[in-house]
This record gives sequence, structure tokens and C-alpha cells, in this order.
Amino acid sequence: MDLSVRIGSLTLKNPLLAASGCFGYGVEYADVVDLSSLGGVVSKGLFLAEREGHPAPRIVETPAGMLNAIGLQGIGVRRFVDEKLPELRARKATVVVNVCGTTLDEYVEVSRILSDADGVDAIELNISCPNIKEGGIQFGCSLAGTFDVVSAVRNVTRLPVIPKLTPNVTDVASFARAAEDGGADAVSLVNTFLAMVIDVETRRPKISNIVGGLSGPAIRPIAVRMVYECRQTVKIPIIGMGGIADARDALEFMIAGATAVQVGTANFVDPFIWSKLLAGMREYMERHNIARIADLVGTIDTGHTVAERSGV
Amino acid sequence: MPIDVAADVIANQPLSADYNVLALAAPAIAAASAPGQFVMIKANAPALNDPLLRRPFSVFEILRGADGTRTGISILSKRIGVSTQLLYDARPGQRMACLGPLGRPFTIVEPPTEAWIVAGGVGLAPFATLAEHLRARGVHSTLFYGARRAADLFYLDFFRALDVELVLTTEDGSAGERGRVVAPLDRRLSSRSPTAPVMIYACGPERMLAATAQTAMKYGRPCQVSVERIMGCGLGGCYSCVVPMRGDDGGAHHVRSCLAGPVLAGDQILWD
Ligand SMILES: Cc1cc2nc3c(=O)[nH]c(=O)nc-3n(C[C@H](O)[C@H](O)[C@H](O)COP(=O)(O)O)c2cc1C
Repeated sequence: MDLSVRIGSLTLKNPLLAASGCFGYGVEYADVVDLSSLGGVVSKGLFLAEREGHPAPRIVETPAGMLNAIGLQGIGVRRFVDEKLPELRARKATVVVNVCGTTLDEYVEVSRILSDADGVDAIELNISCPNIKEGGIQFGCSLAGTFDVVSAVRNVTRLPVIPKLTPNVTDVASFARAAEDGGADAVSLVNTFLAMVIDVETRRPKISNIVGGLSGPAIRPIAVRMVYECRQTVKIPIIGMGGIADARDALEFMIAGATAVQVGTANFVDPFIWSKLLAGMREYMERHNIARIADLVGTIDTGHTVAERSGV
Repeated sequence: MPIDVAADVIANQPLSADYNVLALAAPAIAAASAPGQFVMIKANAPALNDPLLRRPFSVFEILRGADGTRTGISILSKRIGVSTQLLYDARPGQRMACLGPLGRPFTIVEPPTEAWIVAGGVGLAPFATLAEHLRARGVHSTLFYGARRAADLFYLDFFRALDVELVLTTEDGSAGERGRVVAPLDRRLSSRSPTAPVMIYACGPERMLAATAQTAMKYGRPCQVSVERIMGCGLGGCYSCVVPMRGDDGGAHHVRSCLAGPVLAGDQILWD
């Protein structure tokens, strides 16, 4: 059984990655999970400098989901390279670094530092964090901005460049196309959906940032639809995510067109989820006689289109 | 290394209309737990999405079999939301995912240092095991324990049996002194000889913790506080449970209370 998949020049041993911001810097989980058993670990978002993020409360639970506004607290790219990367390398993790920036130059500089470091396997460009005012989302919500960041980073690195798209736009697929045009090796989607929760007794928002990003099973059907739309539009691989909590969820994204998937919120619920996801995938492959998981990607059977069925 | 156990509910004892003590069969977690550590519990079946996340609870008691081996843990819970409602209603035989032990425990003092433990409401939770460990070392302990009313003061006999001196306060005056628990703490500190060492341990509502830490600072006494924050994972993955603290560089830093805490130095926290 072959679980490996390819994202540009990078081969992942299986399609399961830990999503950014949901797995610390990876090292926090080294006692719980064999990091080398994952397809990859995506780091928490990193800027050039350290950031303290928003005050608590930073999360609130919602039906089948959660809102977060962490505010991209992080140790900065240099400390990551010095303090975290050596351990990740020693643990033989495949490392994807989630890169943030307030300016185009910052994205380029952070990416350059990571390209010179030993042990980084790919760059995920976070142009989609809904929780900070400056940077990030301003690129991710403009087609030209998306193209510009991707092509600027493309010019300074040989690592696979994977922009992470926001679902908070009308037509995600057009952003996938802008990313592809800019030279992206793949796109990942979705980041969280901008949302809010209010305590009706106190009339206060339940998180300090007032608004936050919704993740977890609640968003899964929307995320699957977005992956499907992007699959129709671009040729580069898609890394899908949003509410994956078991193997069937992961397979659903792959059938919709994702070459690999990330798991975020479900890792909070069950940090031991990874071996269960892998076992579930293997069991499915056996039952469906699939030798290579890559062969499942995009195999959705839509039969007749709605238009055909309605005779239009 | 934390362990995840599908723990059987052994017993569920209601203490009042809001408080209960839930006993869980979790020998491996019980064996590894140190006072002040916590567990992450999912009150409903793992595959159910409402509630979705686990909740953090201090280990309350270490349960032992007839031969003294550790068989499980209990938690002290107060009904405030969906998860704690499920815990209040839980029945023996039910199973719950229980991950632990997690976090940094209390530093336990030695005689002649005395332990002055300050607990507010459900903040009593980490102190049953602490009191046992202090007693085993021969440390004299005093529990300053505050609650709304007399009926919300629990486990007094448990602490008495460990020779813990009790100083009780209630907001309505129905037991002990009327008012907040920090008042008698302050008086005792003011009359204690500065050369007689004391370690203060505190857990409870945020304002009580801040007042306790500030009172400790006023008298130059060390104070370990166990903070309670909304947590996503308990393992350092999500950065939800941060506490603003003074760093070595003098600046303010958000520290994850699941990894650096839940026990933190009271004088390093930036109370607002
Ligand atoms: C607490 C938290 C922190 C996150 N931090 C980041 C981040 O730093 N960078 C990023 O690109 N996405 C971040 N995300 C988004 C996730 O990587 C993922 O896109 C989203 O949560 C959807 O997946 P899920 O439903 O499996 O969690 C964060 C999500 C959560 C819940």
C-alpha cells in the first residue's frame, strides 16, 4: 500500500499534516506522537520578530467548532530556526513553516531565512489569518496581492511555496488561480471563517479580539466545496483542511481533489488521532482495492450534472 | 509523558446542587500525578461534537485500592456550562477520555517552612493532594478557604484528618468569618515574624488570586498560584491559555499556562 503523495518537488510519506497553529512548533507533541510518522508538521505562523498576540480569552467553543483569535503569537523565524528546527530535524519530521508578514518584504525575508536553514521542507504562506489587522489577509483578499506575494517569495526560494487561502472571499478558486499564476507549487485551504460569539447576559464578545476564526467540524462541508471548486480551476496540488476529525473526513477532501490534508482542531480533541487516521485510510484502501492513495485524489463521481438532470 | 485513558466513572458524588466529585478509573494517570497537575477530560463520547473540546481539571484526589496502589483520580467540578453539566450528571460505568497528568506541579516545601494554602470555591481542587504531600513531609499547613456560604465548604474533615489548620470565610457569614479569604491571610501575615518562613499556595477566582499574590508580595512572601484559563488542548499546541508574565528581560510575555503552569509564581504574573 502506497500512502505517499507529492506536493511539487516534495514527497510526503502520507497525506496527513498537522495544521498550522494547532500543533505548536511540533516539538510540543514529540512525547505524544512520533513526528516522523506524519506526512508533515506545519509550524505555527512566524513573522520576522517575536509577537505576543492577543490577550485571553482567545478561544470560545461553538456548536461543533471553535472560534480563535490567538493573534499569531510567535517566537519569530530566527528563534524558530535556532531553537525548534534542530529538534524537528532530529525527530525526522517533515517540516512546513507557516510564514507571515505585515509587508511583502517581510514575507520575502522570512522565506529567505528559512531557505538558508537546514531542515525546512516547504513554505506555507499565511495570507489568510483573519485575526490581525495589518498584513496577511490584505494580501489574501486581493488577487493582485496574492499573485505578488507568491511570485516575490517564489523568486527567493527553491523550497515548495504553498500559499494558504482564506475562505472569506466570494470566489476562492480565483485566488487559487492567482497563486498558480504567481508560481505556487500548491495551495492549501481553508483557513478559518471570520465569525463572532456574544454573551447575551453581559452583551460582551466572548473573545478579546471581538471577532475570530471558526474551525472544526462545523466548517467541513464548506471547506470540501471550496477544495472541489479549486480542483476544477487549477492544476497544482491542493492541501485541504477544515474540520477533519476522522479518516472518512480526510478521504472526503481527497476525493474532492485534495492531494494531502491538514488536521487542526481535531488534534486538540484527540492528540493521538494520527495513528487512527492512518489506520482508517489503510482500511479504506484495502476495502476499495486502492494501491496508491494518490490515485484517489479528485476521483469524485458527479454523474450527471445538475443542469443535465434538470434538462436545461 | 501524558497518557490518554478511556476512564470508567467509578462514582459520582454530588456535594451540592452545583458541585460534584467524579471518581475515574485511571491507574496510570494516578501513578504519575504530582500535586497541582491537571487532566483534560472529554465529558461526552470522543466522536460527539457538542461539546467538542476537552476541559481542564485539577487532579483532586488520588484514589487507592485496599493495598494502597493508585487506582484512579477524582476531580472536583462546579456546574457552569455544558461539559460540567455532563460531569454533574455522569453515572458509574460511563466512560470518559481523560488525558494527563499535564502541566507543572507545585513546588513542595520542607519544614520549618509552613504552607499557607488559600482556596476560593472550586479552587480547593489542587489542594487535597498537596496537603497529603505536605503532611508526609511533616510540613505544618493552614488552609484559608473561602466560599459563598457554609454549604459550599467541602471536604473539611478530609483536611482536618491531615492536621491542616482551617481558617474559613463565607461571603454571607454562614460559616467562619464573613467576607473574603484574603482578609485573614493578610492579618496572619502581618503578625508573623519575618524570619519564620512561609510558602503561600493559592487557587481560585482570578480576583482572589490577584489579591492573594499582591498580599504575599506586600509581606515579601513567595506565592505559587494555580491559574485557571480556557484551554484548547492542554499540550501547548494552541496558545489559548496564556497568562501575561514578566519575563527575564523585564518585558511582558504571554506564557502558556498548560506548559509553564498551571502553577506559576504569583509575583511574576502581570495582574491587571
Ligand atoms: C487555535 C488555532 C490557531 C491557528 N493558527 C494558525 C496559524 O498560525 N496560521 C495559519 O495559517 N492557520 C492557523 N489556524 C488555522 C488552521 O491551520 C486551519 O486552517 C483551520 O483551523 C481549519 O482546520 P481545522 O478545522 O482542522 O482546525 C489556526 C487555527 C486554530 C484553531
